[in-house]
Amino acid sequence: MLHLVNKSPFERRSMESCLRFAAKGSAILLYEDGVVAGLKGTAFADLALGMAKHYRVYALVPDLAARGFSESQLVEGITPVGYDGFVDLVAENGPVQSWV
Amino acid sequence: MSDTEDDASAKKFMFLTRKAPHGTIYAHEILEAMLICGAYEQDITALFIDDGVYCLKKGQDTKAINIKNFAKAYGAMDGYDIEKVYVDKSSMEARGLTPKDLMLDVEVKTAEEIGRLMEEQDVIITG
Amino acid sequence: MAYELNGKTIEHDEEGYLTDINEWSQELAELIAKADELPLTNEHWEVINFLREYYNEYQIAPAIRVLVKAVKKQFGEEKGNNKYLYELFPYGPAKQACKIAGLPKPTGCI
Repeated sequence: MLHLVNKSPFERRSMESCLRFAAKGSAILLYEDGVVAGLKGTAFADLALGMAKHYRVYALVPDLAARGFSESQLVEGITPVGYDGFVDLVAENGPVQSWV
Repeated sequence: MSDTEDDASAKKFMFLTRKAPHGTIYAHEILEAMLICGAYEQDITALFIDDGVYCLKKGQDTKAINIKNFAKAYGAMDGYDIEKVYVDKSSMEARGLTPKDLMLDVEVKTAEEIGRLMEEQDVIITG
Repeated sequence: MAYELNGKTIEHDEEGYLTDINEWSQELAELIAKADELPLTNEHWEVINFLREYYNEYQIAPAIRVLVKAVKKQFGEEKGNNKYLYELFPYGPAKQACKIAGLPKPTGCI
């Protein structure tokens, strides 16, 4: 299945909830403010690295760009995707849970 | 109609509540959508995690904040044939609640069990 | 849009459901039923009162399937069925009876 996270881990705990319930191996897409959870050099970078080991993690590039970040600033193991990639993830991964 | 067609007509819906009642409209809207879905005899799982467990707290009284106590409608779920009602163990414990504090007979599940339940659904409606 | 009762104006929506359920009275119920050309008997009142109790407990008006089941539980098989309830409320027992009982449109009724 696919989990969507659109809130910054600095402001909300939805990222934490997602990781508590998501079965290993499922897909997680970070978008909107959620993209900051995938960045290097933040207080959550270690969490992001661990997450990328157990899940297929993606981050939406347009939301990174809008916030002044590039895909090279994502921690290792997180795959950058565009809107087309977002659509493919939804189509290919069964039920979708939005951690709004 | 064959059995498989019958099964195909009832989809598996999960209604997942993650927010406390009354402060925002999320929990109320999920409940309304769930009851509408229940009126059409679908296969429904009601799940309460994070602050969503507060929705089932006994003894809610909204008179003094002057809004309708929508939480009373959780009591109607049984009449709408919504019988699979689950709460997350650690969400409940983190808030100092036990099943005795809740207005419905619920089944307590671990995060791992809940993760598996989510994977089984056709649709997850949440807020 | 509004009902007029004893010189008082009581607002309703485009389908006749009361805007404020606290405005309801037995007299008003008679008036709403009259607009549907439905004289209210004791059997009608039994269902109307049942709906008001249901609303008081759960804060929603039940969908038809749920109403039938609940009536059956309370009054038994001979009243808890579609035929009996549709004979009493020909425009639909949930929709019409809820309107007369002053409740909102049933939850699960689109």
